[in-house]
Amino acid sequence: MSRHTLSVLVENKPGVLARLTGLIARRGFNIDSLAVGTTEIETLSRITVVVDVADVPLEQVTKQLNKLVNVIKIVELEPEVSVRRAHMIFKVRADAAARAQIAAAVEMFRAHIIDVSPDAMAIEATGEQSKLDALRLVLEPFGIKEIVQSGTVAISRGAKSLTDRAPRSA
Amino acid sequence: MIEGVTLAASASAAKPGSPVAAAAQPKSQNSGALRRQEFGAAETLTGAEAVIRSLELLGVDTVFGLPGGTILPTYDPLLDSEKIRHILVRHEQGAGHAAEGYAAATGRVGVCMATSGPGATNLVTAIADAHMDSVPLLAITGQQASTLLGTDAFQEADIVGMTMPVTKHSFLVTRPEEIPHAIHAAHHIASSGRPGPVLVDITKDAQQASAPFVWPDEPYLPGYRPVLKPHAKQIREAANLISESRRPVLYVGGGVIRAGADKELLALAEATHIPVVTTLMARGAFPDSHPQHLGMPGMHGAVPAVAALQKADLLITVGARFDDRVTGNLESFAPKAKIIHADIDPAEIGKNRAVDVPIVGDAAEVMSELLTELQSSHSALLKRERTGWWRILNGWKETYPLGFEKNDEGLCDPQYVISRISALSGPEAVYAAGVGQHQMWAAQFVSYERPKSWLNSGGLGTMGYSVPAAMGAKVGEPDRVVWAIDGDGCFQMTNQELATCVINNIPIKVAIINNSSLGMVRQWQTLFYDGRYSHSDLNTGHNSVRVPDFVKLADAYGALGLRVDRNEDVDAAIQQALETNDRPVVIDFTVPADAMVWPMVAAGVSNDEIQYARDLRPDFGPDELEEGS
Repeated sequence: MSRHTLSVLVENKPGVLARLTGLIARRGFNIDSLAVGTTEIETLSRITVVVDVADVPLEQVTKQLNKLVNVIKIVELEPEVSVRRAHMIFKVRADAAARAQIAAAVEMFRAHIIDVSPDAMAIEATGEQSKLDALRLVLEPFGIKEIVQSGTVAISRGAKSLTDRAPRSA
Repeated sequence: MIEGVTLAASASAAKPGSPVAAAAQPKSQNSGALRRQEFGAAETLTGAEAVIRSLELLGVDTVFGLPGGTILPTYDPLLDSEKIRHILVRHEQGAGHAAEGYAAATGRVGVCMATSGPGATNLVTAIADAHMDSVPLLAITGQQASTLLGTDAFQEADIVGMTMPVTKHSFLVTRPEEIPHAIHAAHHIASSGRPGPVLVDITKDAQQASAPFVWPDEPYLPGYRPVLKPHAKQIREAANLISESRRPVLYVGGGVIRAGADKELLALAEATHIPVVTTLMARGAFPDSHPQHLGMPGMHGAVPAVAALQKADLLITVGARFDDRVTGNLESFAPKAKIIHADIDPAEIGKNRAVDVPIVGDAAEVMSELLTELQSSHSALLKRERTGWWRILNGWKETYPLGFEKNDEGLCDPQYVISRISALSGPEAVYAAGVGQHQMWAAQFVSYERPKSWLNSGGLGTMGYSVPAAMGAKVGEPDRVVWAIDGDGCFQMTNQELATCVINNIPIKVAIINNSSLGMVRQWQTLFYDGRYSHSDLNTGHNSVRVPDFVKLADAYGALGLRVDRNEDVDAAIQQALETNDRPVVIDFTVPADAMVWPMVAAGVSNDEIQYARDLRPDFGPDELEEGS
């Protein structure tokens, strides 16, 4: 098993996400992370899906996904040639004594404090999954009350674009 | 924006005085919904009228269906259509299978229609069946009003969601202006590439509201571009493998029939002297009478076909998918063979068996380009007659022909009955089977000489397919004799469509191979469950109470019912059926419950373990015989 990041360019239509996730679920694969949003072309959306699966079944799923009528293009973004980011918000127990220590950790990770109350802080961080995992380890001793995380988004390095040669109108 | 032209402009340009427009005119006086606007502007139609107009523009001549609340608006203009014949079925599953049978026999898209909720869910089996067997099917369902979606309104079912895994694509249409494009796109998707079922679910308010009717020249589907033309490099590599092979086999699947590639197959096979096996879905793709035909491979395949695959050094696979019923245990399937796999669906290639040369493309184009390549680059090869390989193959054909043992109860032998139906009806007839023993016997003992003459539920294995599919085939091909070769179990699942056949003058012929049981279940219970017949006795036949009495049942429907108990009377009954064309015929053939389908490879074991008859393993000869040439 290994982690794969697929960038899927789709028509922006109702039900597309259900078709895509349904197809993955029917194969018994777990989706690690999912992010959906519009693109620079308003009729197209982009789905970034991270799955933990071996190569051969992944190829079969990619082929099946390609058969979905609303799917324009699928690209697997290899870690070496792409940049990937996830966004995470932690709510951490923080009394007056702990506040300064937490602020120092936040500084080191280039994260941000976005809310402070007498006994808690909210911290946002953006980065590769590994960085977010590291920050989590540092914050854990203070007492994490809540975590919320966005899906990973990813983009290839260089000038090429997923939407090159994609249909511009619908 | 969708590229399109208005109907008024396109229809008047293409067909002056189009009967479409003429037929629609009186409607406008009744409802006032249809208003001709000034020349060049789009005509305003209700969504319901747009459904019918779209189907007419696509050349649909037949719709199988059953009305209900949410599809009622569309049934109203359907009454006025002069181009579309609607066949009112007795159960929506029958509409679905009839549309499948129509499609499989004619090669055109089959269309079925049902209301929301239970009407739509009753179509699901047929939709799933069409998905497994790549049948071009357009299913149109009514849906509750868009304002009620998701509220558990009366007869509401999320049919788009339910059928997502078993459709090629689907549309939920909530606005009338979306209807022409949705139906055009659905028809196009169903019939192109790898064919399959497409569902168009239309809310009742979309059918009732009006909108300008804009017919797209071609549907806008940016994510749908089936690859038809094979890659030249792959063709060259395939030709190289063929030229190097000593024991090649053409492993032909249903894709060859769907692609209409039988002529290309015949040309390729004859030019190369390569033997052909036709899978259950491909029966008729290559003439059974042809000396290069080895028969059907698989679980109940012919010994020469199964043996040839096991001993082959190259499989040229076209439109087949290495289904488990063909391969048996996958690891030991065709262990010495390199694989050329040509399919229009890239996802099939390499799905089950690793491939040496993958070719994505239309079966006809692949085979004609392959032959051209062989003729230009390997002309010496085409002179080779592969006599060594044929000596081995012909040895198997002589030693292990299809056969059966006659029963000693004095009843009809199922294999004899089916071979007589074939002999007396001929290759121009259409044969539709249900699922089970009778299906396998019909695949084995009918002689198929042409594509689209054999209809069956191969992938899904849907009991009850046969009667409605035969009905659909007869509607599509009214001049052909159409047989439903059915079992007593299958027949009881969908025989209500006999009423449809009688009322609509669709004179199909039904041969019930009545062994009074769920025969294939019984065969497995005999072989693998120590003869413990758990719930497989149907009490319809010999030495039973005969409930129901199929002859009386046929009579009740207004069909001709006959019963035949002995082989001597088989021909006369078939003749009488062939001469009866004013109503359907049902012949109840009494056969013994213990008749079994042979040869057989038990589920999950190697094809090398094939049994020619019970406990009789064929001898494929010593390994040195495998050399071939």
